[in-house]
Amino acid sequence: MLSVIVFLPLAGALLVLAAGGRGDRHDREPLVRGLSLAVSLVTFAATLYLWWRFDPASADYQFVEQRAWLPAFGIQYLLGVDGISLFLVVLTGFLTPLALLSSWAAVHKSVKVFCFFLLALETALLGVFVAIDLFLFYLFWDAVLIPMYFLIGIWGYERRIYAAVKFILYTMAGSVLMLIAIIGLAWAYSAANGAPSFDLRELHTVTLPWAMQKWFFLAFALAFLIKVPLFPFHTWLPDAHVEAPTAGSVILAGVMLKMGTYGLLRFAFPLFPDAAHVFAPWIALLAVIGIIYGALVAMVQPDLKKLVAYSSVSHLGFVVLGLCAVNVQGVQGAVYQMVNHGVSTGALFMIVGMLSDRRHTRLISEFGGLKAVMPRLVAAFLLITLSSIALPGTNGFVGEFLILIGAFRWDPRLTACAATGVILSAVYMLWMFQRVNYGRVTNEKNRGLPDLNAREWGMMIPSAAVAIFMGVAPALFLRPMEPSIVRTIARIEGRMPATARASQPGLGARGRPASREPRATSDEPRATSHEPRAATSEPRATSCERRAAASDKKI
Amino acid sequence: MRFIWLIPLLPAAGALVNGLFGIRWFSRTVSGLLACATMAGALGLSLWAFSELLGLPADARVHDVVLGHWIPPMALQTAHDIGMFQVPWQFRLDPLSGVMILVVTGVGFLIHVYSTAYMKDEAPGGYARFFSYLNLFCFFMLVLVLGANFLVMFVGWEGVGLCSYLLIGFWYEKKSASDAGKKAFITNRIGDWGFILGMFLVFFTFGTLDFRAVADAAGAMPIESAGFGVLSIICLTLFIGATGKSAQIPLHVWLPDAMEGPTPVSALIHAATMVTAGVYMVARNAVLFQHAPHVMQIVAIVGALTALMAATIGLVQNDIKRVLAYSTVSQLGYMFLATGVGAFAAGIFHLMTHAFFKALLFLGSGSVIHAMAGEQDMQKMGGLRKYMPVTFVTMMIGTLAIAGIPPLAGFFSKDEILYQSFLNNRFLWLIGAVTALLTAFYMFRLILLTFYGTYRGAPWARVAAPAAAMEAAAHGVRHPLDGQAQKDDHEVSHGAADVRAAGHAHAWHGPHESPRAMTVPLMALAVGAIVAGFLGIPQALKGANTIEHFLAPSFESHTAAAREAGAGAAAGAEHGPGAAAAEEGAHHLSTAGELGLMVLSVLIAVAGVLAARRFYFTHPELPDRLAARWRGAHALLFNKYYVDELYDATAIKGTVAGGRGLWTFDRVVIDGAVDGSGWLTRVSAWGSHMFDKHVVDGLVNLVGWIAEEGSFFVRRLQTGLVQNYALLMVVGVFAFLTLYLVAR
Repeated sequence: MLSVIVFLPLAGALLVLAAGGRGDRHDREPLVRGLSLAVSLVTFAATLYLWWRFDPASADYQFVEQRAWLPAFGIQYLLGVDGISLFLVVLTGFLTPLALLSSWAAVHKSVKVFCFFLLALETALLGVFVAIDLFLFYLFWDAVLIPMYFLIGIWGYERRIYAAVKFILYTMAGSVLMLIAIIGLAWAYSAANGAPSFDLRELHTVTLPWAMQKWFFLAFALAFLIKVPLFPFHTWLPDAHVEAPTAGSVILAGVMLKMGTYGLLRFAFPLFPDAAHVFAPWIALLAVIGIIYGALVAMVQPDLKKLVAYSSVSHLGFVVLGLCAVNVQGVQGAVYQMVNHGVSTGALFMIVGMLSDRRHTRLISEFGGLKAVMPRLVAAFLLITLSSIALPGTNGFVGEFLILIGAFRWDPRLTACAATGVILSAVYMLWMFQRVNYGRVTNEKNRGLPDLNAREWGMMIPSAAVAIFMGVAPALFLRPMEPSIVRTIARIEGRMPATARASQPGLGARGRPASREPRATSDEPRATSHEPRAATSEPRATSCERRAAASDKKI
Repeated sequence: MRFIWLIPLLPAAGALVNGLFGIRWFSRTVSGLLACATMAGALGLSLWAFSELLGLPADARVHDVVLGHWIPPMALQTAHDIGMFQVPWQFRLDPLSGVMILVVTGVGFLIHVYSTAYMKDEAPGGYARFFSYLNLFCFFMLVLVLGANFLVMFVGWEGVGLCSYLLIGFWYEKKSASDAGKKAFITNRIGDWGFILGMFLVFFTFGTLDFRAVADAAGAMPIESAGFGVLSIICLTLFIGATGKSAQIPLHVWLPDAMEGPTPVSALIHAATMVTAGVYMVARNAVLFQHAPHVMQIVAIVGALTALMAATIGLVQNDIKRVLAYSTVSQLGYMFLATGVGAFAAGIFHLMTHAFFKALLFLGSGSVIHAMAGEQDMQKMGGLRKYMPVTFVTMMIGTLAIAGIPPLAGFFSKDEILYQSFLNNRFLWLIGAVTALLTAFYMFRLILLTFYGTYRGAPWARVAAPAAAMEAAAHGVRHPLDGQAQKDDHEVSHGAADVRAAGHAHAWHGPHESPRAMTVPLMALAVGAIVAGFLGIPQALKGANTIEHFLAPSFESHTAAAREAGAGAAAGAEHGPGAAAAEEGAHHLSTAGELGLMVLSVLIAVAGVLAARRFYFTHPELPDRLAARWRGAHALLFNKYYVDELYDATAIKGTVAGGRGLWTFDRVVIDGAVDGSGWLTRVSAWGSHMFDKHVVDGLVNLVGWIAEEGSFFVRRLQTGLVQNYALLMVVGVFAFLTLYLVAR
């Protein structure tokens, strides 16, 4: 079943290519568009069916497909989905039709090829999220780059070539290191078990020496952090976003950035728990810097797309912070926020696309007073803006709140800094919203712009509905995630450095005097821990809390 | 009581229908009726639920309704145990929330009715949009007061902030309006930052977010009279949230600007309900705060200072709505003073009476603005008493109430606060008393300038043309000192937009009484402003202080053990400030003393009234002389202590500059590093290209060149002439022979 979902878009893409006829035939455009939309909708329906059939109580990979591929190297064709990847698969299915729709007004050049690349991209993305053989994962991971490269490079705006090249080289630089680490990991497995394997489930059993873990973790983490993108590896993102066509931005922000955070959670942290333990606080620190930095830079952007791109840097900082907290709330919030960000930022890019379709500019100063001209578009814009600034009752709030409460458990001071992102997001979004939509129409070109048409309603209604639904009834999403997340956390926690474990008096934090504030619980073990880094002032999780948190789900 | 969840949901339904369909298809009558009907329904349900609540015995007055799970249960380690982090959609009716829903639905309903007339010159779409927002606001406000845990309250808390943002910026074409809306939202968000951190700390301390469970657990903990413990930090962060929402120092700056919204909005949101949410939240967590006496002191001091500061600013403002706005800030300060000295019931009592008389005053000012075709400058009014008698009488009642003249509502609630603060701290009482004097003064200044004296506004014969009315309004509102707004060509000032609402731009026939849909709510609120005080007649006046006894169960912890511990702790901390001290003190002050204080506060109020009469009625030239003499002080007050300017110069400019700086950093340093490494790669590629071309390839070419050049030389030998060959042979043989001989 997973193979069907993954390769359905690719098959559809080939069909579209065939249906498009030779050359750039404009009379076939409606057919091409209809066909590719139909393919993407069927894929979305299939992902929904997957969710329907998914057993929310199980932490295991479900719908596993396993075939030998290159047995000499232990490489398998191995697919499976669990609570972490399930919603990313659904999200990919959800956003691709919307991305296709968003391109209808903007793309007129080689529509056939455009649709082909977009659908091929969907296959690669789905593959990334369901592959549990590391080699296969790497294959899909790099396969994603190719269609995106062409989408930016062919259908982009003025500096598209620069952006496309920057995008592909930057992300390739990270992924090559990851490939080396993957091969090294398989080699280490083969040294221990006699035969190599790339099966993630098998690789969990390998215990690596610290020196090796450190370097492998750094290689993986670098690849993923570039993809996220975490400060200071983020500069490819604004360029790629600004130059990409709307559909490209939607998929880029909506799904591709999640490959990085997904990779951290799926591979980097559980495969190298000791290294994760040491480096997570530093990554979290970068994440918090990114939250504030991204928000401040977003505030002063003159270009709508750049503003949204920098806001992504800020939002993804929250996700990484939640992951680094390594407790159920933090990680669950992070996964939830990945989906949220896909929905709301995807929708923001669609709206920017609509404005850009109408005015052929994305400069904030070119707009103003749109509310009087296009009240319905602005109403949708407002709703998505609110979701982006995490107003309670929308999806963003649930994600951010869970992340922050998880992170607060872990380090209150860092979280207090991260929470200022909540203020700043209101500042940059509302300021932008005011400049674009309020006031009087001062630019004559803005007068008489058409309001939402049926196609655009078709993009806005699902986005807005999902944003509110996920804010009011998150249980539907959180429950299937929980078992897998709990198991992943157990993996990360399970192999603590021996020194840190030795310093733990039982389950530590329990049974303290009632008046103690929580912060005290994180201070005390810090002093007693024998690890060298623990003595520094650097905010970090103490093993005591992590152990205790790990024991949570056994209850 | 089983249906209390319907109370918020009714206005939500109204908002949804009006928002989705009304803006497009409904006429003004339909959307107005729909909105009023949902509020009437909510009011009816509230009354029903409240009467049922009264039917219960005093200690069983609590009723919970769970609608479902919001955030499903997940284990999370807390400070001393593993808690279940879960958040149900849960509403709770108890005496405190009972009083609040009555205030919200009651005042809310009246303001809805009032708005049907006030907003009637909006286009139907705008009209439906207005009522959709207003209904949405009521929904969130009811969620806020009914929420049984912190997070549900927070939904309402941020939701009312959103509605406030939308309604302040309702006339979105005015830059000043959308600026004010944004300012309100962002200032509130700064407070919410504290609220969120407070919630986290609450959860990690108590393992739950439910108010009742938190109160019970906190009740069992010792009072932190020695230093700052976790409870104090919780209370401090929560109080940061309250300062944002309730416009206390230092986050008070947004409320006066919020007057850009339509006047009914100012009455409902920025006077009667939303801004009191902070007070409500502090009262809701009374047990927590009682255990943090130091924070209580901070609350009381911030409240008292805010009350004083806002009252002094109110003395010199000329815009009728701004005077009322500063008066609101000042009265909110009173409420925090009350909660800070441990008199939670008095705070809520004042909240309730204030909701009546301040809503009345705002609606009355709206009626005046309506009559004056959008004019808001009191210096352009005067003598309106004879044109609009109903508005005058009702506003007079409101003014007497706020000034603290017995037996109107404000007297009882304010006096209770002053009495309680006298017991707690004489200095705080002094500030409160001075503020009372100022309050009476500036409120009667407002009445005298508006309704007494001679008419000073534009003559209505000449204001027939809309342009003239707009201009008059634009000139009237902005005092020259008040800012640069006027210079902006696109700026439509304050009053001019209300012209649209008041709708007299076309043919203004002079000031006149407002239609019945506006005066009836005024009269209803006036009745409230008269009688609401009788709920809290103090025992010194042979009253029963009904409201205090009714509310008391909401302010204490409920388990027997916790109550005992709390009582023990209270006894132990009798010398500390806070509730315990207040209770102790209550026994020390005799009935005569209490009566004496009461008489004193009446005298203070009367003094304020008389001073205002002297300044603005009998000797109207005095204020100008005083202003000229104390120029600096007057400018300081008129410009609101320059707090806005200070924030603008520091926080706002600083943030924007920081953003720009970081952006440059981003482009130059971080992206520079990326591009730089790309450039380095290219340079090294070019280098190796050059190396390849000139060195590696050069070597190859050198060999070729040598071969070529060498062969060229050798080729010369191949002349084809036998003589040359013969000669070479001879030379060669000769040479070899010589070599052979020499070598030998």
